[in-house]
Amino acid sequence: MSIVLEHVNHIYESGTAMEFPALTDINLVIPDGQFIGLIGHTGSGKSTLVQHLNGLLKPTGGKIYYNGSDINADGYNKKELRSKVGLVFQYPEHQLFEIDVFTDVCFGPRNLGLDKKEVELRAYAALKQVGLSDEYFYQSPFDLSGGQKRRVAIAGVLAMKPEVLILDEPTAGLDPKGRDEILDQIAKLREETGMTVILVSHSMEDVAKYVDRIIVMNKSRVLYDDEPKKVFSHYKELEAVGLAAPQITYIMQALKEKGLPVDTEITSVAEARTAILNALADKSRSR
Amino acid sequence: MIRDITLGQYYQTDSVIHRLDPRVKLVTTLAFIISLFIVDNAAGYIIAGLFLAVVIKLSNVPVKFMMRGMKSIAFLLVIAVVFNLFLTQGEVVFSIWKLQITKEGIRLAIMMAVRLVFLIMGSSVMTLTTTPNNLTDGLEKILNPLKAIKVPVHEISMMMSIALRFIPILLEETDKIMKAQIARGADFESGNLLKKVKSMVPLLVPLFISAFRRANDLATAMEARCYRGGEHRTKMKPLIYSKRDFMAYGTVCVYLALCVGIGRMLF
Repeated sequence: MSIVLEHVNHIYESGTAMEFPALTDINLVIPDGQFIGLIGHTGSGKSTLVQHLNGLLKPTGGKIYYNGSDINADGYNKKELRSKVGLVFQYPEHQLFEIDVFTDVCFGPRNLGLDKKEVELRAYAALKQVGLSDEYFYQSPFDLSGGQKRRVAIAGVLAMKPEVLILDEPTAGLDPKGRDEILDQIAKLREETGMTVILVSHSMEDVAKYVDRIIVMNKSRVLYDDEPKKVFSHYKELEAVGLAAPQITYIMQALKEKGLPVDTEITSVAEARTAILNALADKSRSR
Repeated sequence: MIRDITLGQYYQTDSVIHRLDPRVKLVTTLAFIISLFIVDNAAGYIIAGLFLAVVIKLSNVPVKFMMRGMKSIAFLLVIAVVFNLFLTQGEVVFSIWKLQITKEGIRLAIMMAVRLVFLIMGSSVMTLTTTPNNLTDGLEKILNPLKAIKVPVHEISMMMSIALRFIPILLEETDKIMKAQIARGADFESGNLLKKVKSMVPLLVPLFISAFRRANDLATAMEARCYRGGEHRTKMKPLIYSKRDFMAYGTVCVYLALCVGIGRMLF
């Protein structure tokens, strides 16, 4: 039960002057239940990659397998695939169209051909999962705030009960508070349901706290694919491709350079605090 | 799917045709279209075809890219050919059941097909080699005399350039929204006409909202820059004819003369 990509290539506008390779020889295995951060600069191919995972784009070369079957083979049920691999696009609130929030969330499950009761149950559960309270259910989605709209849009995909949830820059254009709320909600959701989550972002800071694995993309290729602290240890190389490690990595590196023996693989502020205090205590003791 | 529409698209490259003044290209296109309706014999069409071929060759736009745009008019082309082929009276060459193919019909059908293909290709050469901004600049300059009779030429060309600028943006937006709804299980392809029309709602509502939002943003941005059209505005890149442009005008005159001379007299 997983997604496997084998030598996947994608070239846009092949054969014209605008020819542009978006993906070059991508090989990945995405096992069940993993929380993955997909990081890359604008134009690195990360959005193109996720659109391959639910069959919206066809690779120009290579194969993609979902639970062992080739998703681009003739006769493969793409509609079912799309209900299993839920994709939330960038600025998902731009896809809202129904007269009220609840009906909009019903759109996805209704397309799956479920009966009315099941559709409504799922919509209700999904809206609860994203933490939207009942008072908004029968309001027009266009009257909500930006953060609330985004929750509704995410619920619209969750209501299809996907096994894999992919979120393309879910925090784009939100203020720091809205960003943290959405990310916390996603982390909580993943804990409750155990689904695979792929979080696409250009900010290491956003994902460092949550994910088990980071895939870094640069110029259509996978640059690093490892656990967060291993990836951050390449912070100089990351800078060279226009990305950056979390600020805490820089502080720890700087402290080490100045002679404080701290662990530089730390990724969260809380851990760093303990590490620095311990290091300071050790130092004063040995003096 | 949406990327296949090449009509009205600009093809970025460098060529003699790209560097011509947009006014020359507008006039040439108009002259070419007129010439297609002047000529009525094979020799005339050969001249028009040669002229078009030379221009396409000079423009550095791959023929393959141009042909992609022809796909969208293939249906129209087939209808025009079939109707002319079967519904023209005259000397019968061939008949199946009640349908008759006449000598005149074949001649008309071929002429219609060639005309239509040349027409579309001729005008796409213009749009492929001229940026929309350049094109509307040229149009504004050509229509300038109409200001004397109170035609708001600047406003019209401004509206045109905004509209043209928004075509690729809205196409991209359509593509994005379509994908987002397909990811939510929407189906835009199967079903009968009524179902298909209904399935457009999840696409059209967000598209209209986004168009209004963009229009509103643009209006605000223009006002913030104190934009007011018409009088006293100067251009950053004023259009000035160069030697190359006069040569092009000359060539077009010779071409037109040839069309009238050979295309109508001989047979």
